[in-house]
Amino acid sequence: MLSVKALFTEYPNERGETVKAAQDVSFDVPEGKLFTLLGPSGCGKTTTLRSIAGLERPRSGEISIGERVVYSSGRNIFVAPNRRNFGMVFQSYAIWPHMSVFKNAAFPLEVASARVNRAEIDRKVMRVLGTVGLDHLASREATKLSGGQQQRLALARALTMEPKLLLLDEPLSNLDAKLRERMRFELKRLQRELRLTTVYVTHDQGEALALSHEIAVMNEGRIVQIGAPRDIYERPHNRFVADFVGSANFLEATVIGRDDRADIYQVQTAIGNLLAFAVEPLKPGDGVVISLRPEDTQLSAHRPDTLNAFEGVVEAKLFLGEFIEFQIKLGDMLMLARVHPSFSPQVGTKVYIGMNPEKCVAIPDDARHRKA
Amino acid sequence: MSGLAESAAGAAARQSLWQRLDLKWAVIGVSVAIVAYFALVPLVFLFWQSFFTPQTATKAAEFTLDNYGKAYSSLETARLFINSLQFATGVAIFAFTVGTLLAWMNERTNTPFKALFFSLSIIPLVIPGILFVVAWIFLGSPKIGIINLVLQNWFGTKYVFVNVYSIWGMIWVEGLHYSPMAFLLMTAAFRSMDPAMEESAMMSGANILQVAWRITLKLSWPAIFATILILFVRSIESFEVPALLGLPVGIEVFTSSIYRAIHQYPSQIGLASSYAVTLLLITSVGVYFQSRLSSQGNKYSTMTGKGFRPRTIDLGRWRYAAAAVFFGYFLLIVVLPFLVLLWSSFQGFYSVPSMAALKNLTLDPYRFIFSYPTLAQSVWNSLILALGSATVIMLVTSVICWIVVKTKIPGRWLLDNLASLPMVFPGLVLGLSIMIFYLYFDVGVYGTIWIMFAAYITRFLPYGLRYNTTSMLQIHKELEESAQMSGASWATSFRRIILPLLKPGLLAGWIYIVIVSIRELAASILLYSPGTEVVSIVIWELWENGQYVELSALGVLFIIALFILVMLAQYVGKKFGIKEAR
Ligand SMILES: Nc1ncnc2c1ncn2[C@@H]1O[C@H](COP(=O)(O)OP(=O)(O)O)[C@@H](O)[C@H]1O
Ligand SMILES: [Mg+2]
Repeated sequence: MLSVKALFTEYPNERGETVKAAQDVSFDVPEGKLFTLLGPSGCGKTTTLRSIAGLERPRSGEISIGERVVYSSGRNIFVAPNRRNFGMVFQSYAIWPHMSVFKNAAFPLEVASARVNRAEIDRKVMRVLGTVGLDHLASREATKLSGGQQQRLALARALTMEPKLLLLDEPLSNLDAKLRERMRFELKRLQRELRLTTVYVTHDQGEALALSHEIAVMNEGRIVQIGAPRDIYERPHNRFVADFVGSANFLEATVIGRDDRADIYQVQTAIGNLLAFAVEPLKPGDGVVISLRPEDTQLSAHRPDTLNAFEGVVEAKLFLGEFIEFQIKLGDMLMLARVHPSFSPQVGTKVYIGMNPEKCVAIPDDARHRKA
Repeated sequence: MSGLAESAAGAAARQSLWQRLDLKWAVIGVSVAIVAYFALVPLVFLFWQSFFTPQTATKAAEFTLDNYGKAYSSLETARLFINSLQFATGVAIFAFTVGTLLAWMNERTNTPFKALFFSLSIIPLVIPGILFVVAWIFLGSPKIGIINLVLQNWFGTKYVFVNVYSIWGMIWVEGLHYSPMAFLLMTAAFRSMDPAMEESAMMSGANILQVAWRITLKLSWPAIFATILILFVRSIESFEVPALLGLPVGIEVFTSSIYRAIHQYPSQIGLASSYAVTLLLITSVGVYFQSRLSSQGNKYSTMTGKGFRPRTIDLGRWRYAAAAVFFGYFLLIVVLPFLVLLWSSFQGFYSVPSMAALKNLTLDPYRFIFSYPTLAQSVWNSLILALGSATVIMLVTSVICWIVVKTKIPGRWLLDNLASLPMVFPGLVLGLSIMIFYLYFDVGVYGTIWIMFAAYITRFLPYGLRYNTTSMLQIHKELEESAQMSGASWATSFRRIILPLLKPGLLAGWIYIVIVSIRELAASILLYSPGTEVVSIVIWELWENGQYVELSALGVLFIIALFILVMLAQYVGKKFGIKEAR
């Protein structure tokens, strides 16, 4: 449905240099799916979204929606944003303070090139306001809305125009934590019910994992991995993704050889040999990094009879309510482990840490590659 | 033993507290006294005078309502009122429309040659009102105006195409002169808007005009209203245009009537005062509403933290039209006025540009100006007055600002309001009230340069206050408190901490006041006497004497000097990272 090909967007900065905000960005979003751009602040998510919207003019690339090409540097096509029929929700919501709730939502219909009559506008706007649960506030001044209500109104405004594509730029980031969680569910429900093709921008990995059909992780203007939420979380392709999406322990390792099982390899690390999982085939001698999520570790007082079990000492612990976080000292290494509060050894005691080979993901070591 | 030490320490503490309080209160007291003296006393005398007959050698002043009676019963005044309103409203609307269009083009579109827009912020500082008006007389007078002559030549008629000596001519000239101010105010308004407001309208399918009209302008409504009010107040109190363009053809407004009432024989100070009080009422209402607007203006305020400017709208081929509009405007506001002055400054006697006149180019006007007897004196006076008043104002207002912003002294709002009060004085009204005050209080000030000094200080006090408030608000309270915790007295912490931190703002305000006071005319015109002329008064006198070419020569030099001064100010501003406070 939406297809972005080799998109480059640049800005001149104050000193006249060019900031390469989006580089070689390519992805496809099938009809009715929610696609997320995820990455740290400043990595070019908003830039990519605005390029799709037509608010920025890319340097090169091609953007099409269905059969319709809205931007193509090769064919010199640029469709103005007001002719693209894409709905967009801005980070600041951009609710017009000089209009009522109804007027805000009705605006896209009022300025439409095909005239819509009043009764039709009334009907459509009230239906959309009903969908987002604002119909009882239709005549209220837009400035008198709470943060969550403004967010819904911004969404309603983007929906009244019955857009081909919905663009959302960090729509939940200005809400407080509780409200944010509730709105997550609502957004997901709305998107799934209306089957809106959506591009969603966020720096919050939790949000991305919860809402998306597919996620693109971005870093420094480039997409570094595209995949389904589970893939991204469980099978990071590189250290950046593993680190940014959730937290991870990293162990530098060298491949010794293949195990009997498919995709499992024996590797050598500073804490000893262990078994790790890899998507790409590895050969003996390859340098890799083993990424292991703190919640994928098991702590026990006695040596478990599984593979990948090591002896360590509790260095520090943090009680965080739903779980306890431990720093475990293994030789010179510190590993982070996250376990249920029912197991709570004292600082300084000896524990055993177990790691499921399926969860020890071997990823190419970019850093060591570069050094070599 | 320990008790003794304790009480000794206590005494020392008490004493230093005393000293601290003493000096603090003395400084505060003095600044309140200065502000009250400058801002309030003349006003009181103006009111008083408007209810009395003029004092003469033989007769003491007597209470009377005649002044108001005369002022308000005559049909003359009704006409005056209508003229003033028509003039000020016309100017406000015209200047606003032009300024807003330019601001929008500059902020939101890809009009080429945008760097030139920068000049719009300095033109009003560089070309003083009186020179602008004189230049436009050369351009648009029915008899000698170049525009008329050229058009008459083209079409072979005697028809008068433009006539600046008319209400529309007055609106045209004044409106052009104030349009850069509208440009600056509206630029600030457009910049403070969240770009997403307009972008989301565009995403909703609105085209350029729909976005500009339904979002940009509607959202700027408070700023629009405030801008129009400021323009209205400025034009109803302006003096140069009504005096030079209105008076010769009998179109009088309040300011020109005040001037005429003083300058007829015998001079009608009482009548002038009653006009002045009326004018003051109008401007006060305007300034009041304007300050109300700016204090509650944040209902629509849509500032966001994001520093990026919105992407400009691509006008396509229309951008050449936009550039043409801008060049046309630039021609009208800078190029033509300056060229016509330059031309006439090289003529023996004023004549319209032509091949024949080209042969008569001469430096005589410049020779005349340099040997003009009062020139050296007037330049000196202008400089002394400008430097002196700027220095005094910036120092006094820094203390006032400190009191208003940093202390919790009850009644400090009064001080703030007092110091801002002169904002409502038209220059001419201020000159009048100061004149009256020192006429009655003969302390040897009347007729000296000190009376003008008093006028300048009063007139520009609010500017100093504004610059200082802006920078004072940025100084965190704890910076000063930590100086006190380190053992510094109030005087020391003010001198060592507050003043240095204020320095950029002080410098910027100082330069600005120097520039505006060098061009001051309206207040000076009622206060000068032989020997105390300033440069703008010399220009005025030359005009009265019909010495147009000499005036042009002085004007050209004046503009160049101001230009250098403004460039210097910009340079200093950049170097010290001063943010504009206006
Ligand atoms: N209008 C602009 N002008 C100049 N630089 C910009 C502009 N918008 C964004 N940038 C720069 O481009 C980079 C990417 O920004 P952005 O797309 O906003 O990141 P994100 O949304 O992922 O936080 C940043 O370095 C940012 O400073
Ligand atoms: Mg962003």
